[in-house]
Amino acid sequence: MNERFLRIKRIVLGPRNREFSKKVEELSGETVNLCEQCGTCSGSCPMVGEMDITPSFMMRMVQLGEEEVLESKTFWICASCYTCSVRCPRGIDPAKVAEALRQIKLRAALDFLDISKITEEEAKILPQIALVAALRKFTG
Amino acid sequence: MTRMPYYPGCTLKTKAQNYDLSTRAVFRELGIDLVELPRWNCCGAVFSLVTDDLLRQVAPITNLIRVQELQGTDSVDDPRLVVPCAMCFNVLKRANARMKDNPEDLKKINDFLYLESQPYRGEVQIIHTLELLKEISAKRIKEQVKFPLLGLKVSPYYGCNLLRPKDVAIDNPENPTLLEDFTQALGAEVVFNNRRLRCCGSYQTVSEKGLVADLVYDIIMGAARAGADLIITACPLCSFNLDWRQKEAMEAHSDHKLIPVIYYTELMALALGIGNGFGGEHFVDPQPLLQKFLEKEKGGI
Ligand code: SF4
Ligand code: SF4
Ligand code: SF4
Ligand code: SF4
Repeated sequence: MNERFLRIKRIVLGPRNREFSKKVEELSGETVNLCEQCGTCSGSCPMVGEMDITPSFMMRMVQLGEEEVLESKTFWICASCYTCSVRCPRGIDPAKVAEALRQIKLRAALDFLDISKITEEEAKILPQIALVAALRKFTG
Repeated sequence: MTRMPYYPGCTLKTKAQNYDLSTRAVFRELGIDLVELPRWNCCGAVFSLVTDDLLRQVAPITNLIRVQELQGTDSVDDPRLVVPCAMCFNVLKRANARMKDNPEDLKKINDFLYLESQPYRGEVQIIHTLELLKEISAKRIKEQVKFPLLGLKVSPYYGCNLLRPKDVAIDNPENPTLLEDFTQALGAEVVFNNRRLRCCGSYQTVSEKGLVADLVYDIIMGAARAGADLIITACPLCSFNLDWRQKEAMEAHSDHKLIPVIYYTELMALALGIGNGFGGEHFVDPQPLLQKFLEKEKGGI
């Protein structure tokens, strides 16, 4: 074989990383390794300005099985607007990956939303749809 | 009158009654009687996106069993389920697709719901009110317009759940024209806001008000630059955010321009001459703007 090909480096994940990556893949149903890091999702995301890491970086961390991604606030800020879902050129759905990460946290009984913090004034005007959706996304 | 099953969803029964009432009124005027599903339940508002959450599909699927039950009586002519709320529509349609694509999931759900009158057969068709209007056609709507909304500059806003992901999209996800077509049929002038497909922040409104206010500022200012008098929506959550979060947007940005937000069905009702009395809570009151059209109606000119 050509020398050049032999020099190509492969990334081999350690067992812990592989396990985490696989867990997210199973939960989301998405083949995270297909992500080519093109950045389309990050460029399309309306919430990216408020995130600490971009959606594509979140995808990369999951590819590499880096569990620290769970400390990011990116998947909590995601609004499930599905803009990335319709635009990813690799046909992956980052919104589902974000949901998988939320679920991993929520299933460890770590709620993101404390409903008692909603002020009375807000509770009066908020529509049911907002409350039901937020409780579904942010509490276990 | 063609009778069709109808799912209002809980927000249309409470904070967004004006969407429910105007939807029923408009369709009655167009020859469709929307028959509310007996014993419907909340669909959950957001479609669950993980693979192992079958239990979260129970809420939408029980509603589809109610549709089957209604079809079995002789109270509907067209069996398709009509849904006006963009978020309910997204949830019901995706849950339905999951059952159609995964017979095993369907079987599990049916085993779980063994106390129901019948199993779900996976055949209910779900249609959004805007799709139904498209079937009726903009041409027919135009013919029924009594008070053309001449001179009113309207900016349609789609948001997310009607267009994304692709398999639920009621129109081209990157370049829809449905709302524009109807607005034109009503005699109003369509203005193009290049933020019309942008997410308003959705449920983040509960915990991240400031963030949503910034997104709303961006969307409203897009409409303002295009010269809009009024924004129309098809979703009670978009509607809430775009309207009520203008308060925070205004406080944070001195150049913010207030624009009223109403449902497209309210706009249609106005042009069809069945226009007022739907109520609805607003931060930016649309009445002053709509008054002159309402007066025409009262005067019967
Ligand atoms: S758009 Fe798709 S391929 Fe591109 S970075 Fe995002 S997830 Fe990866
Ligand atoms: S679904 Fe989430 S990550 Fe994707 S574009 Fe929307 S907010 Fe961003
Ligand atoms: S999606 Fe929202 S409006 Fe629809 S039924 Fe559920 S909570 Fe109610
Ligand atoms: S614009 Fe906002 S509320 Fe409307 S459908 Fe999108 S996320 Fe939901």
